[in-house]
Amino acid sequence: MPDISVVLPSVLQPLAGGQSILTAPTDGPVTVATLLESLTGDYPVLGRRLRDETGALRRYVNIYVNGEEVRRLQGLETEVAAGQEVLIIQSVAGG
Amino acid sequence: MGCMATAASFVLAIGTKKGLWLATSQDRKQWSFSGPHFLMSEIPSIGIDTRNGRTRIMVGVRSEHWGPTVAHSDDLGATWTEPEQGAITFPEDTGAALERIWQIYPDAESRPGVVWAGAEPISVWKSTDGGEHFELNRGLWDHPHRSEWGAGYGGAAAHSIVVNPVGDNVHIAMSTGGVYRSLDGGTSWEPRNAGISAYFMPDPNPEFGQCVHKIAADAAVEGRLYAQNHHGVYRTDDNGEHWESIAEGLPADFGFVMLTHPRREGTAWVVPLKADGERIPPEGKLAVHRTDDAGATWKRLDSGLPASEYNSVLRDAAAVDSAEPAGVYFGTRGGAVYASADEGETFTEVASHLPDVLCVRAAIIRGTARPVPETVAARGA
Repeated sequence: MPDISVVLPSVLQPLAGGQSILTAPTDGPVTVATLLESLTGDYPVLGRRLRDETGALRRYVNIYVNGEEVRRLQGLETEVAAGQEVLIIQSVAGG
Repeated sequence: MGCMATAASFVLAIGTKKGLWLATSQDRKQWSFSGPHFLMSEIPSIGIDTRNGRTRIMVGVRSEHWGPTVAHSDDLGATWTEPEQGAITFPEDTGAALERIWQIYPDAESRPGVVWAGAEPISVWKSTDGGEHFELNRGLWDHPHRSEWGAGYGGAAAHSIVVNPVGDNVHIAMSTGGVYRSLDGGTSWEPRNAGISAYFMPDPNPEFGQCVHKIAADAAVEGRLYAQNHHGVYRTDDNGEHWESIAEGLPADFGFVMLTHPRREGTAWVVPLKADGERIPPEGKLAVHRTDDAGATWKRLDSGLPASEYNSVLRDAAAVDSAEPAGVYFGTRGGAVYASADEGETFTEVASHLPDVLCVRAAIIRGTARPVPETVAARGA
């Protein structure tokens, strides 16, 4: 079964057992929201870092699917297909 | 510094815009620091719980990127624990999301394990397991006034919680909304702001809507509380039914801090700021003011403080310990922290050049405690 790879920023890797890439097996396209639910099931603290308790993506967390930031696509409903790469990157906000 | 404490020692926790620093001391003059913990996250709230024979430090943590959470340490910061599902999370039916934890308040000795929290959006929470999981206070969340509560500059939050140690009497303060009181342990809430000015509203004496910055209870007189308002310093002797001004004698009636003595009647501390136009110590002269007669008179205390200081002191960036004499601690938005082992008569700068100080708490650690590992970076000076 092909995988979807999700690349984590280094600061979040300790929350995923030290992994830099999480992989999810899939037999068809899934939404980013479904992907996150699947991948963070074993890492609930990681899940809370990315989304608040309403499920909304935190303001300064950016998720890219094949190089496009999901807010410019369909947000967390953006579909990801097997073989595509998902990047999680914190925005450059802050002082 | 660096030796084992044998009888009692002190812990000082400093929450800043970019992390937490911890310090221990035998004499409240020389401090051994560790930090930063939670680097690049702000620490707007700290609770030090010395009940149950342990010292538990609970912190509200907030990252601009990764959101808010609560963590605790039972070993003076050597290790931290964060409940996996989050200690404070809004129930799904509220549709709300936690923004920031403004207050962590361990309840009385008689209620071990009970810890209260105040948060943004305006909400009060209660834990019965030592701060590992909190339940939303529905009485306040469902209050009919909710839609009319506003936001101060820092956000809309319940930032002050005062629980009567022997009864079911709870006072909270929110910005903006003012003081609310519960007589049934938090089941129901009523505003109690009579006498507190809201000069910034069309009706300056509304039932609620005041911008009360901080409240604190007199430890020795039942029903007496003090309030530092957005302009105005007040006292109530009847459990919040009426408030009267005690600002006369202060150089300014604005400020954020209100501290009370851990045991002695009538003793409170404020840190006046000139405002609204200039939120700095009056004339750039930083001073703590203490009353020993419930606000009838105030004494200026600035021994050991800098000759000029243009940074303000935020509402939770000040604390007392429970020693005799009581220690007084505060930090500035300029990253300086001052400690007094004699109730404010003399201060010593114990840290400087830290990020903006948001929260300071101090406590006595009973029994043997290993000081936190000293780090040069934390000392600042």
